[in-house]
Amino acid sequence: MIKYLLKRIGYIILSLFLIITVTFILMKAAPGGPFASERASTPAIEAQMNEAYGFNDPIHEQYFSYLINAFTFDFGPSFKYVGQEVTEIIGRSFPYSLILGLEAIFIAISIGVLLGVIAAVKHNKFGDYLAMVIAVLGISVPSFIMAAILQYIFAIYLQVLPIARFESFAHTILPAAALATTPLAFIARLMRSSMLDVLNRDYIKTAKSKGLSERVVTYKHALRNAILPVVSYLGPLVVSILTGSFIIEKIFGIPGLGSEFVVSVTNRDYTVIMGTTVFFSVLLLVSILIVDLIYGLIDPRINVTSKEGNK
Amino acid sequence: MSEILEVKDLSVSFDTYGSEVKAVRNVSFQLMKGETLAIVGESGSGKSVTAQSIIRLVPTPPGKFIGGEIRFNGEDLLQKSEKQMESIRGKEISMIFQDPMTSLNPTMTIGKQIAEGLMKHQNMSKKEAHLRGIQLLKLVGIPTPEVRIKQYPHQYSGGMRQRAMIAIALSCNPKILIADEPTTALDVTIQAQILELMRQIQEEMGTAIILITHDLGVVANTATRVAVMYGGKIVETGMVDEIFFEPKHPYTWGLLGSMPKLDKEQEELQVIPGSPPDLADPPTGCPFVTRCPYAMNVCGEHMPSDTSVSSTHEAACWLLDERAPKVDIPESAIVGGNDIYV
Ligand SMILES: Nc1ncnc2c1ncn2[C@@H]1O[C@H](COP(=O)(O)OP(=O)(O)OP(=O)(O)O)[C@@H](O)[C@H]1O
Ligand code: SF4
Ligand SMILES: [Mg+2]
Repeated sequence: MIKYLLKRIGYIILSLFLIITVTFILMKAAPGGPFASERASTPAIEAQMNEAYGFNDPIHEQYFSYLINAFTFDFGPSFKYVGQEVTEIIGRSFPYSLILGLEAIFIAISIGVLLGVIAAVKHNKFGDYLAMVIAVLGISVPSFIMAAILQYIFAIYLQVLPIARFESFAHTILPAAALATTPLAFIARLMRSSMLDVLNRDYIKTAKSKGLSERVVTYKHALRNAILPVVSYLGPLVVSILTGSFIIEKIFGIPGLGSEFVVSVTNRDYTVIMGTTVFFSVLLLVSILIVDLIYGLIDPRINVTSKEGNK
Repeated sequence: MSEILEVKDLSVSFDTYGSEVKAVRNVSFQLMKGETLAIVGESGSGKSVTAQSIIRLVPTPPGKFIGGEIRFNGEDLLQKSEKQMESIRGKEISMIFQDPMTSLNPTMTIGKQIAEGLMKHQNMSKKEAHLRGIQLLKLVGIPTPEVRIKQYPHQYSGGMRQRAMIAIALSCNPKILIADEPTTALDVTIQAQILELMRQIQEEMGTAIILITHDLGVVANTATRVAVMYGGKIVETGMVDEIFFEPKHPYTWGLLGSMPKLDKEQEELQVIPGSPPDLADPPTGCPFVTRCPYAMNVCGEHMPSDTSVSSTHEAACWLLDERAPKVDIPESAIVGGNDIYV
């Protein structure tokens, strides 16, 4: 187990290194700089600032100092917000995104799995068609349109939920729902096809031949096997929620890490871009590791803890 | 011997893409207490559908019961509700399947899979079921059952999985065990062990077995009686000796001809030329008419009826009609005593 974890963490560090390098190259390759749009600055001042922030150093020196900063998670101050450390910005904005993200993941998985199972059990009946219509709509409607629709229905027309901002739990419902729509629909479809497949397996026949009821067969035997593809989808799900949050946080005026990231890119706030990128990457890589560990728990054939499977 | 199960005129069809596949047509047979009835026949002849009909495991839809009765303890299983069937499956009638690699749930320990039936049918507690599970694994010849019971199917070899399946099937002392090609997916040596195990258990527990197979060697060694199926129908039934030494139906002759023999110079195995009938549109008369070397005019138009040869032996073939020409068993179908009792 320890050995496995160490190996996985080694891969995570390697991936991070690549991500940081690519981000650095992309940032340098794009024309312009953080002070380019600063109107007040004369060329002399700009040159001075570039010098002060080390932009005139040889490229490899800049790269190495970036690398060291990244791995010590010290990105220095923001270029745009005077007197704010990058870590402060992340620390301030991330909790919003975290709550929103977890809520969206919860909604997507619970409702997605439920819809998928209903569709599979009611195969080719009304429940199946209804669930799949919902799923197809969910996949084809982009999240920002979904956000506008939800805002219109629940905040303007029914006036039951606040339209934007992040002040209470009620404020989180609409953005979380908008964020969850696409992955929810995807999970529902995944769950349906996987469940249909599993329900045709021999071991389901075996379970029935023991005299177990339909309910036990479906929930105890089929579900656990059928949910495996959904578990492997959790990695991409986290990605989808992360990238979705960039737009959704903007639409709902939530000061989360997603909107912070978008702002930093338009501002060319190098240190913030770097910081959020590394942070997002770590988040993603760690969640993939967790997903793999969960997978190992559900499916005994994937053995991460030991190699004792003797035949 | 008294009868424990009687299948009468059973017909099962499947609705597939606009056509109706008549998988089982007017099948009738009985099963006696403690005996082994072998059902043999080519792939697609309806053996599995017949077997699965008995415990109503045929998926409906696409399957549907067209007619007939399945009498168990005097009651018709086809009339029972799904709930009533649940208390028969696994308790009175159990089934084991062809492929032990896929017929156990990969995400559940063997112990749990054995315990489920015990807890449902015998009201055992978790602990009692666990202990009984260990006994059962021991009974089916799995070494260190205390360790093995906590393992998952992927930690078992193919033969051991089939043993575990047998343990599951026998856990509640069923009166009938249906084994659908239980050894087809296994190595020859393992096959023999599994068959031996089934025979041993049958002796101890008095279970009646329906053994489905297309291996006549297996039949000769384990069965009491044989039913030969072709094209969704039973074409011949009889005691093992009657089927092997006095077969009456040309299809049975074909089957015996395709069986390897010990004491003959084996040129090539004789396979029956042609292919089985399309069950969506079977011939009006004898299902074997398209491949039968003895086919007469009457065969294609009229269904031959079951003709008794002895009190235990029946065949459905026009050759048994008194007006038909006399045909002898072909050389290739003659079986010597050494051939079958290996
Ligand atoms: N679920 C199903 N849907 C449609 N047709 C089916 C289904 N199950 C069986 N059949 C049809 O019923 C017929 C008999 O099948 P069955 O499985 O009983 O054959 P079998 O004698 O067991 O053959 P094998 O030796 O290959 O196991 C076949 O023609 C098959 O296509
Ligand atoms: S009934 Fe006719 S076709 Fe059928 S097996 Fe007998 S002889 Fe052959
Ligand atoms: Mg079969």
